[in-house]
Amino acid sequence: MTVANDRVGADALLPHGDPRQLIAPDGRPTGSEPLPRPEVLLDLHRRMVLGRRFDSQATALTKQGRLAVYPSSRGQEACQVGATAAMAERDWLFPTYRDSMAMVSRGINPVEVLTLLRGDWHCGYDPYLHRTATQCTPLATNTLHAVGLAHAARLKGEDTVAVALLGDGATSEGDTHEALNIAAVWQAPVVFLVQNNGYAISVPLDKQTRARHLADKGVGYGVPGVLVDGNDAAAVYTAVTEGIERARTGGGPTLIEALTYRIEAHTNADDASRYRSSDEVAQWLARDPIDRLQKYLLDNAILDQATVAGIEAEGEARAERLRAAMNADAVLDPQELFEHVYAEPTPLLRAQAAQLAGELEQA
Amino acid sequence: MTAVEARPAAELGELTMAGALNRALADALRADERVLVYGEDVGTLGGVFRVTDGLAAEFGAGRVFDSPLAEAGIVGTAIGMAMHGLRPVVEMQFDAFAYPAFEQITSHLAKLRNRSRGKISLPVVIRIPYGGGIGGVEHHSDSSEAYWVHTPGLRVVSPSSAGDAYWLLRQAIDSEDPVIFLEPKRRYWAKAEVGSSPPAGFGSARVLRTGSDVTLIGYGAMVGTLLETAEAADGLTVEVIDVRSLTPFDDATIAASVRKTGRAVVVHEASGFAGFGAEIAARLTEQCFHHLHAPIARVTGFDLPYPPPMLEQHFLPSVDRILDAVERLQFDDEVALP
Repeated sequence: MTVANDRVGADALLPHGDPRQLIAPDGRPTGSEPLPRPEVLLDLHRRMVLGRRFDSQATALTKQGRLAVYPSSRGQEACQVGATAAMAERDWLFPTYRDSMAMVSRGINPVEVLTLLRGDWHCGYDPYLHRTATQCTPLATNTLHAVGLAHAARLKGEDTVAVALLGDGATSEGDTHEALNIAAVWQAPVVFLVQNNGYAISVPLDKQTRARHLADKGVGYGVPGVLVDGNDAAAVYTAVTEGIERARTGGGPTLIEALTYRIEAHTNADDASRYRSSDEVAQWLARDPIDRLQKYLLDNAILDQATVAGIEAEGEARAERLRAAMNADAVLDPQELFEHVYAEPTPLLRAQAAQLAGELEQA
Repeated sequence: MTAVEARPAAELGELTMAGALNRALADALRADERVLVYGEDVGTLGGVFRVTDGLAAEFGAGRVFDSPLAEAGIVGTAIGMAMHGLRPVVEMQFDAFAYPAFEQITSHLAKLRNRSRGKISLPVVIRIPYGGGIGGVEHHSDSSEAYWVHTPGLRVVSPSSAGDAYWLLRQAIDSEDPVIFLEPKRRYWAKAEVGSSPPAGFGSARVLRTGSDVTLIGYGAMVGTLLETAEAADGLTVEVIDVRSLTPFDDATIAASVRKTGRAVVVHEASGFAGFGAEIAARLTEQCFHHLHAPIARVTGFDLPYPPPMLEQHFLPSVDRILDAVERLQFDDEVALP
């Protein structure tokens, strides 16, 4: 056996030092590396403000019974916006159920984003229109889809990159291991962004892993691991941009761990007070991703209060439109149940469709 | 139903089933540049059963290649590739080694078309060498069809001969739906003439032998056993049906036969309890009740884990065991009627 001489040394693949942070929680630049351009920072800020308003509206609609369930991503705005703002239109996003803000940031109609959670279908948008896969509920399975799509793009001579979103809990699943390994062997153009929000429903990270960092796991696959402050949109944006650029130019996959926090419970059906303290939540509220970037932008006269008010007003208007759309009863066609199982309905399905039609006619 | 338009590049003649499958893959790779073949040992080695022999050399490492040893990974990446316009044909090396991919198959491959309201098509073929009778040690002889046929969104097919294997695989690769392609490994080396056109439509059963007294129904390796049983059934004319397409199930062809004969035996290697034979027997009872002279009989593997090689002959449905079942179909009762 010989060791391939292009295998990168382990040390180069491990994250070093503190999580990458470009803007500190108090809004001051850390000076550790250059900040993205002001237009990018303004875009990140605007997407986060609009994303949070969407998220709070979705939570409210759930309390009113308009959504079957809603897993809020409040607190993770910097991750979801930082990742999607770094992507080109031709890139593909592979989101999970907790990534609704990322999908809104990707440009998908919020009503279509919430179709799964309202319960009128399993997915409300055309994945090809937004190059966004259907929201994935089984953990980590989407990472393999991302690797396959990215590899297919490469085989076809395209420079498309896939961005797979996953959480800390999903890193314990076997599919994550297989995805990182295969992506590395094939040098597939994928960026894995782990939003480490501290909990898999109720289970804290120390019951999930003995690794120092989740980003450390990349080294075992020959994949560079990057650790970032997940509440610093500038840092997440910079790290994902670098990962995408590496993938796009043939450098293979990157594993990014973004340290963040899920401010709300797992879903509306969860009671987070059973497994974490309010002090802990308060500490993370003080590291709010929007406050931090907004303070930096205001302090440096890149943004003014009038513009902030304008974005907030736009968020309100969007929330009002979302409320109106979600308060209208969904129009459902029971016959559609049979339409998409196969390319053409089988004789069995045609018979069952006729049975249901007959029952509805008599009802 | 999609039809395979492409004809084989050259006359096929007599081939083993493994050879016919190899030719089908080669012709599909040649006919459509979106087709690619990967899995464990399918590249340089040509597969442990040599079904992919020579393909990597002919079509290159970009289209025929060895993947890491990861079944969920193989199927999961095939899903992503199909989402982006490719038509992957992947191999699970042995039946029981497909189980790590169960979630990717049942939760995603089978459901993504439906989940996306028809926007995502997944033309993926998963080849699974299955079944016993080759002296394999544990985990190398399972019949896993009941798991797959119970999953809406999948097509499940199984060829019984070289002649059908070529065309069924071409039809599977041509399908816009995901296909579980179950290859009866103990028939891999049996030779047969491969015709120049598909012997039946994708989704159709085939009547392989006509008769009027009893219908024997099976698929995969059992079809050969059914044909032997038909030869051995003294004094009875036996109809033999090769199911071919487990889902969708060809009710019309099979019910027509049973209405004609009034008696049926359903045979498979897999365990009987809640097996696919139970579904066939129930459907035939619903569709043929007034034509039946006897309950539908089943001859299946026993309800135990697949036996070790030195005991497998006691497990597998045999000609004698099937003949015993035929004898119990109340022929005497009919004779006794006024």
